Amino acid sequence: MHRPEAARLSPHELYNARLGLWLFIVSEAALFSAFIAARYLNLGTQRPAELNQPLGLAITAALLLSSLTAYRAETCIAHGDRAGFLRNTLWTLLLAVVFLVGVVAEWVEAFHLFPPGTRYGTSFFSLTGLHGLHVLSGAVLLLGVYLHGRRGRYGPEDYWPVEGVVKYWHFVDVAWVFIYPTLYLVG
Amino acid sequence: MAAAAEARVHAEVHRESFWTRYVFSQDHKVIGLQYLLTSLFMALVGGALAMVFRTQLAWPQAGVLKADQYLAAVSMHGTIMIFFVLTPALLGGFANFLVPLKIGARDMAFPFVNMLSYWVFALSIVPLVASFFVPGGPLNAGWTAYPPLSALPQAAPGSGLGQTLWLLSIAIFCVSSLLGSLNYITTILVMRTRGMSLLRMPLTVWGIFVAAVLALLTFPVLMAAGILLLFDRLAGTSFFVPAGLVVGGQVIQHTGGNPLLWQHLFWFFGHPEVYIVILPPMGIVSDVIANFARKPVFGYPAMVASMLAIGILSFLVWGHHMFVSGMHPLLGTGFAVTTLLIAVPSAVKTFNWLATLWRGKLYYSTAMLFALGFVSLFVAGGLTGIHLGNAPVDIPLHDTYYVVGHFHLVMGTAAVFGIFAGIYFWFPKMFGRLLDEGLGRVHFWLTLVGVYGTFFPMYYLGMAGMHRRIYDYRAFPFLSHLQPLQVFITLSAFLIFAGGLVLAYNMLRSLAAGRPADPNPWRGTTLEWSTKSPPPHHNWHGEVPEVYRGPYEYSVPGASQDYLPQWEPQPAGVRAGH
Repeated sequence: MHRPEAARLSPHELYNARLGLWLFIVSEAALFSAFIAARYLNLGTQRPAELNQPLGLAITAALLLSSLTAYRAETCIAHGDRAGFLRNTLWTLLLAVVFLVGVVAEWVEAFHLFPPGTRYGTSFFSLTGLHGLHVLSGAVLLLGVYLHGRRGRYGPEDYWPVEGVVKYWHFVDVAWVFIYPTLYLVG
Repeated sequence: MAAAAEARVHAEVHRESFWTRYVFSQDHKVIGLQYLLTSLFMALVGGALAMVFRTQLAWPQAGVLKADQYLAAVSMHGTIMIFFVLTPALLGGFANFLVPLKIGARDMAFPFVNMLSYWVFALSIVPLVASFFVPGGPLNAGWTAYPPLSALPQAAPGSGLGQTLWLLSIAIFCVSSLLGSLNYITTILVMRTRGMSLLRMPLTVWGIFVAAVLALLTFPVLMAAGILLLFDRLAGTSFFVPAGLVVGGQVIQHTGGNPLLWQHLFWFFGHPEVYIVILPPMGIVSDVIANFARKPVFGYPAMVASMLAIGILSFLVWGHHMFVSGMHPLLGTGFAVTTLLIAVPSAVKTFNWLATLWRGKLYYSTAMLFALGFVSLFVAGGLTGIHLGNAPVDIPLHDTYYVVGHFHLVMGTAAVFGIFAGIYFWFPKMFGRLLDEGLGRVHFWLTLVGVYGTFFPMYYLGMAGMHRRIYDYRAFPFLSHLQPLQVFITLSAFLIFAGGLVLAYNMLRSLAAGRPADPNPWRGTTLEWSTKSPPPHHNWHGEVPEVYRGPYEYSVPGASQDYLPQWEPQPAGVRAGH
């Protein structure tokens, strides 16, 4: 039950789509870089002692693990294993929710410790907010791919939407790899 | 495969209604014209603002504008001209219309994204225009919107809702720019027809390509700056407002941001932006000069290399906008060195244009006149860039009319001349009719005389100490005697605006009753001249042409005509091109 032949991307269109996505990711990286640069320019490496380190580490682990499950989901569909694809996409979604719930818990705490008006809070809320929005949009896209997949879309020859969403997910993950030390570890 | 593609093309043509063909069109040519015409309309708005504040400057005693209206007018003039005229006319209008036609593609890589990019752009104009009608009026902080003036609603009348709407507009514009530039880059990299190697691309396409890369990497940084400033204004963060600031006798409740952060982010975008609007005109001018000199562009590889060099260097020079903001002298020296380095590729380009003209069979069409005007303005404005790039020279001249004259000549009016050259050159391809050359000459001479009369005396004003954004300079005794020169400048500026009206009349008149254009009215060599004027949907009836040679094979020895189009197979008895 793949999509009809005519709606599939030709190899040429697939190449275009990949390049377009990479250019989008490069541009997004510039956006995140500016946010991260703002933190270092205004604060240097200062960091409050009250940060909830275990929670920070936990959500980081969840997000990193989600990249693995996302990768497995893509590999499964590339090999025609629909059940594996659906299972791994669901795991990715679950980990995304864990991450987002963790961020919300972190925000609730942070509002008392260093509200957005303080010097550290300014960077903390902006960076986690920007990134959280990306995680949320990635999760919505993953959910879309999951629902389509359950209705029989995608196959070994035809899984660009999965590939695209997973690439975007990896990017969101890599962005956190830079944000986590910027907020939690330096100083 | 080809037959299937053809069938799909015809099916698509069949499906089109008025709305999908002219309004929400995915055809790159329609989108290009939407961009171009929107930009030209915005140029009239931005130009009218300039006429009003120039009147204020020439005759301050008349009090045409109140102080905050004056600040709003100059701020909106800059904003509109940079973001809503130069950028979208070039990386929007010409890029969309020309790239697929010149590289031999039926459309852009992502037609839907392309349509989206125009409509997001149109959306970004809404808050900008709305800001004229809100309490306090549009932003007062200048087009660079430096905080704290732009961060604190109580800092100026226009720093309230007007400033918020401005930031919103710019943020939306950044999204549109991203959608556009990733389309141009992908299209240029992967959609070229057979034989169109990178070094056979016309220089216009190269200029657009480098500009699109710059836009892709720098507009997100402006967007970040805009979002952070919105956070400061709306969410109470402290990115840009220092602690302990006193405005109107009251201490501001912020805990220690840094206004310099805005300047760094803004100019990291702002300087590449200068090249985003000058690289495509550089390409256009190269195409036009080669055509009307009937000679190959001198040193084509050097022209490409210098564009790449300018593009790379543009990321390393932003600090020269901040010499007076306080900077370690060593860092200032570094920025001065990288800035002066840009003079090298710029000079390479200028000398190559002159060498292309040298001993050519020059034909002074209106497009050619504007192209020559571009070279002249680029030199007249560029040379003072060498002064301003040196920190010790810049410090006394910074924020004076010396800077205003410099950038208006080198990137403002020069880019506009590139756009005008492009309009006269490609109007027949866009609409199938030629613009009137007589009116074109009137437009050119009004504009050229007006531009030099407006911006050259500003160098003198600047050296005499006239600062930018002064509402009424009569408050300063040492500036009062400069009023006659201000009057002269304003009268010259009126000429530029009159020239613009002549162009508008010429375009409307030619659309209705211009001389019909054949496919190749200028005997050009590049692919857009191989198809009908205007080109059909998907650009070529039948197969897309194949490319056999470089883009500037004019006056080839031994050929039967004085040009060899890129799409014609090698005729017998002619030496091989490259």
